[in-house]
This record gives sequence, C-alpha cells and structure tokens, in this order.
Amino acid sequence: MDIQTLTIIIVLLTFALYIGIAIWSRAGSTHDFYVASGGVNPVANGMATAADWMSAASFISMAGLISFMGYDGAVYLMGWTGGYVLLALCLAPYLRKFGKFTVPAFIGDRYYSNTARTVAVICAVFVCFTYVAGQMRGVGVVFSRFLEVDITAGVVIGMAIVFFYAVLGGMKGITYTQVAQYCVLICAYLVPAIFISIMMTGHVIPQIGFGSELNDGFLSADGSLSADGSGTYLLDKLDGLSTELGFAEYTSGTKSTIDVFFITAALMVGTAGLPHVIVRFFTVPKVRDARKSAGWALLFIALLYTTAPAIASFARVNMIDTINGPDAEGIAYEEAPGWISNWENTGLISWEDKNDDGRMFYSGDERNEMTIDRDIMVLANPEIAGLPAWVIALVAAGGIAAALSTSAGLLLVISTSISHDLLKRNLMPHISDKQELRYARIASAVAICIAGYLGINPPGFVAQVVAFAFGLAASSFFPAIILGIFSKRMNKEGAIAGMIAGITFTAAYIIYFKFINPAANVPESWWFGISPEGIGTLGMLLNFAVAIGVAKVTGDAPKHVQEMVANIRFPKGAGEASAH
Amino acid sequence: MSFESEKHADQYWKENLRMMLTLLSIWFAVSFGAGILFVEELNTIRLGGFKLGFWFAQQGSIYVFLALIVVYVVKMNKLDRKYNVHEDHEEPEEFEEALEEEFTQ
Repeated sequence: MDIQTLTIIIVLLTFALYIGIAIWSRAGSTHDFYVASGGVNPVANGMATAADWMSAASFISMAGLISFMGYDGAVYLMGWTGGYVLLALCLAPYLRKFGKFTVPAFIGDRYYSNTARTVAVICAVFVCFTYVAGQMRGVGVVFSRFLEVDITAGVVIGMAIVFFYAVLGGMKGITYTQVAQYCVLICAYLVPAIFISIMMTGHVIPQIGFGSELNDGFLSADGSLSADGSGTYLLDKLDGLSTELGFAEYTSGTKSTIDVFFITAALMVGTAGLPHVIVRFFTVPKVRDARKSAGWALLFIALLYTTAPAIASFARVNMIDTINGPDAEGIAYEEAPGWISNWENTGLISWEDKNDDGRMFYSGDERNEMTIDRDIMVLANPEIAGLPAWVIALVAAGGIAAALSTSAGLLLVISTSISHDLLKRNLMPHISDKQELRYARIASAVAICIAGYLGINPPGFVAQVVAFAFGLAASSFFPAIILGIFSKRMNKEGAIAGMIAGITFTAAYIIYFKFINPAANVPESWWFGISPEGIGTLGMLLNFAVAIGVAKVTGDAPKHVQEMVANIRFPKGAGEASAH
Repeated sequence: MSFESEKHADQYWKENLRMMLTLLSIWFAVSFGAGILFVEELNTIRLGGFKLGFWFAQQGSIYVFLALIVVYVVKMNKLDRKYNVHEDHEEPEEFEEALEEEFTQ
C-alpha cells in the first residue's frame, strides 16, 4: 500500500474513534458542557490537559525549530514545561477551590467588578482566537500534504470535525476525545524517535540515545551504511559538523543570555496564564485532584518534550548527512533521496545549484545551496530516516490529533466566555440554562467559521501572533490571578489598572517591532536587548508594579472579598465547580 | 472558618507559602540558573555525551519540574491532613491512622 492510502485509512480510523467518543459522551446540561460535572479522573484529566496544551505547533514545528536553533531551542522546552510548575503550585488548587468555570469569572468575582470581567473576556477571546487560527492552518497543511487535496478543502474538513465534537459534546465530550487524541499523538511522536534512536545509537530510549555514541556505521537514509562517526558522541559530531559548515555550535546557540532569560520567562508565565489550560483544573472533583492533575499533565507533556530535542539532533545529523554525503562533498542531485523530491513538490525545500557541480550542498555560509523550511522536520523525519510507510501515516494522524484537540479546547473557552461571562453575567442576566447552552453553541459555531476563514486566508502573521498571544496572557491574567490569591487586600482599581497597563505596554512593543517598523526589529534597537517574544515578561512586571501601586492609594478590598480569599486558601469544603 | 482557630489558619498558610517558595527557588535554580545564567560554566562539565548546561536546558530541568510537582502534591496532602482541612470525610483512612497511632503508643 502506498503512503497516501495508508494515511487516509489511519486518519479515518482515528476520526471514527473521536466522533464515536463525542457521541457517547454528549453533553446534557450547561454544567456538563462547561466542566463535565467535575467528574473526570485526574489521570484522564492530565492526558486531556496534555493534548489540550500540545498544539500543532508543539507537535509539528517545535522539534524542527530546535533542530535549527540548537541550544536556543531550550526556551520552548523550559518555557512551556516550567509554566506547569507555576500553574500547579500557585494557581490550580486555589482556582479549583474557588469553583468557577472560567478565568473571567474568577477575575470578575474576585475583583467584584463587571469592568474587570469584561477586560478579562476580551483578553481571553483574543488569546484564543490567535491560537485557533494557527491550528486550523496546521490541520490544512497536514491534509494537503498527505491527502493531496487543496488546502482550502483541508481546512474545511478540519472545521467540520472540530464543529462536530466541540459544539455537540462540550467539555465532557472534549475531555474523553482528548484522551484518545493524546494516545494517538504520543505514539506518533515516540515510534519514529525510538526507531531512529536504535538505528543511530543502539539505544531504545531517545532521551539517552542523543547523548550517546554513534553506532558503528549507522544506517543512513538511502539505506547505505554511513561509515563516518562511529565511536564519537552524537552531539560532538553535531557540534563539529555545525562549525565546519559555518553554523553556530549546536550546543551553544546564538541568542544573548538576557533574551533567552526573558523569552523563557514570558513563555512560562504565558503557559500558566492561558485560559484554555486553566479551565482544565475545574473539571476534577477535588482540590487534591487539581494538584494531582497538573502533575499527570506535566508527565504526559514531558514525554513529548524530552523526546523533541532528541528528534531535533537526530534529524539534524541525518539531514546534513543525506544532503552533503559522508565525505561532505555534496550528493549528486540525480541520486537525491526520495524525501527531497517529495518535499520539493510542496515548495518547502528548494535547491539552487550555485557552483554548477550538480551536487547539493547545505551549510550556514555562502556555499549553501538548499532552502529548507523548519516546519517540515517532524513530518519529514521518518522519510529521511527511511522508516516504513505506516510510521509516516501515523505521524500525519498525530499532527491532526494535536491540532484538533487544541482547537476544540480553545473554542470552548471562546464560547463559554461569550455565553456565560459576557451574556449571562453581564448583558442578559435572565436567560435560562437552555438558552445559555444554545448561545454557547452558536458562539463556537461562529468562532469556527472565523477561525476557518483565517486558516484559509492566513493574515500572513499567524506565527508572529502566537508570540503576541503569550505576551498578552503573561502580562494580563497572570498578575491579576496571582495577586487575587496571594494578596487579600488587592482591590479592583489595582487589578484593572495593572491589566490594562500590562497589555497596552506589551501590545504596543510587539506591534511596533513586528508590524509598524519591522526594519528596527534587531537586538540593537530592542529595550535592554529584549526581543518582542520576551517582552511579555517586562509587561508582567509592569502589571504587578502598577497594580500594587494603585491598590496602595485606593484602599483595601471590601471585607467579604477578603473573607472569600481566605476561604480559597485551603481545600476543605470545595464543592463541584458551579455557575452561580 | 474550617480551622480550629485563626492561629491555625495563619500557620497553615505560612507553612504552605514556605514550601511553595522553597520549591519555586529550586524551579528557578535549575531552569534560569543551570539552564541559562550559568550554562557556559556548567558546559565545561560532561555527562556522557552531554555538556551539563545543555543537558539541564533541554532535558534536566524538565525532569526536575516533574519531581517538584510530585513533592508538592505529597507534602500538601500531608499538610491538609495535619490541619484537618483536607476534603474527604469518608474517614476510613483517618480511622486507620488513628488505629495505627493507638497501637504504636
């Protein structure tokens, strides 16, 4: 069977599974729709959280980024996992005890103010939209590559699937579907990594393999034995190759220390402040389970995140070897392995014979003749290593699972924010449970259409806007929630002023460097050498400073709010999360 | 107030904060410390094929994060029990603990 047929079969099988689960666990009430009656086991909830969090970006493009960035890629690894520690220690148990469905609900009640609630709704919807658009695009790319359909058709198929189970199933459907999606995506990620690790180093565990010595003549892509490299450590060989070819040393990277520091911090705090991840901790029955759930989630995420740097270095060595050949002279274009021509068709790899010798050559200096898109590494990796067709099909299914699970979670946040926080609590307080559920479904249907439109006609800056979303989450929600829990006296004036100051500053900095004056987007003109990706950290500090300053001059929060804060600080008496 | 007294509530919160800050300083030390600020110094030490700083940045910090959450969950559950603010009241565990105490005395 060829790759295309196999891919169709495997993807259809996984879809049948997801839809089956969505129908089986259809939501019957608003409560089911929002938080699955708080009745989800912490292990299942951990898997769902992991699937929710690991988007098409983590699955498809992260290892590729690390592969090209070397040490600097650690900002994603530490940033996105370290945020979970903050979430588990500082946020999850308290928000669970507080017992509300959404982040805007917490902010609105804790700061006894509908203005604060509305500010939070706007931030939540904006953060989620930027993500969903990217996910839809991701689904479209995978479909169009492996099913050879038009990208528009790819996105429309994806929209239909997401609509089906997010809108009908609600949180309960999503949770169990996401458990299945986690299983699919983690298998798809680990199987090729394990195969390649055995081939290159003889170790079954990729995490150990990439710090080991290369096999005596590992099998390279064209099936020939590469004689080069036996007995040396893989990372040493990679460092050597990189400097020879004019790249920075793989284990050192090129970013300045302060920039790495700020980007990592922004991603960590952004993770902890993301509304679609926080809402996960309302779906477990107890505070204790919320703590446990964050632990399980990190375990399931760590499986993928510790494998990613291994894949990155394997892919890098393999790719350089198959293009430049064992003697680093370049391989004749006619003898190029199949993956190169396959991906040339998509336009994501191109070769320009600058010195007219008919041989390909890849390097970081003027000798370079190859243009390679970073996003293809994970999808192309099994092909580069010459793994069987079913592994390649599995990877395609995994990429789609990652994109679908994340977009479903994000859509849910958009719909609850609008139907519950904006309509029920603000504009139309008298609507019934049933009407509210209908509005939630309408909101997610509208959101899917807008996201699909953005996926088909990407505004051209989806990748840039992802950094924007993290900065926003870091500089708006995180300080407001932390102060809401750890400072009894923090009042609404402080929180609102802080959120607005943090967002405005961060947004202005990013918009200036990314959209208004992109030419100035170089380290010399950045403030303190901090790139727009890392500026959310500074925005967060500003938010804290403004909030504390303003609160000092406007007096303490009212007594009943202080009592409420005292009450969320210990687990006893946590009922199920409720709407009222 | 579910605590026996204001004093208990304060003590519980203080112990909670102390533990949280201890764990967060380890969190900071492995990621921002070992993985970023002191990465070059640590890179002179080797762990098999890995330079130590690089290993912390791409592998080690993640394992430590995981361990931190496990420690937090175990310790918090103990703390909740100590101040009697934990959730389940089905008592079998408490009953068993009480029995154990009886017999060990």
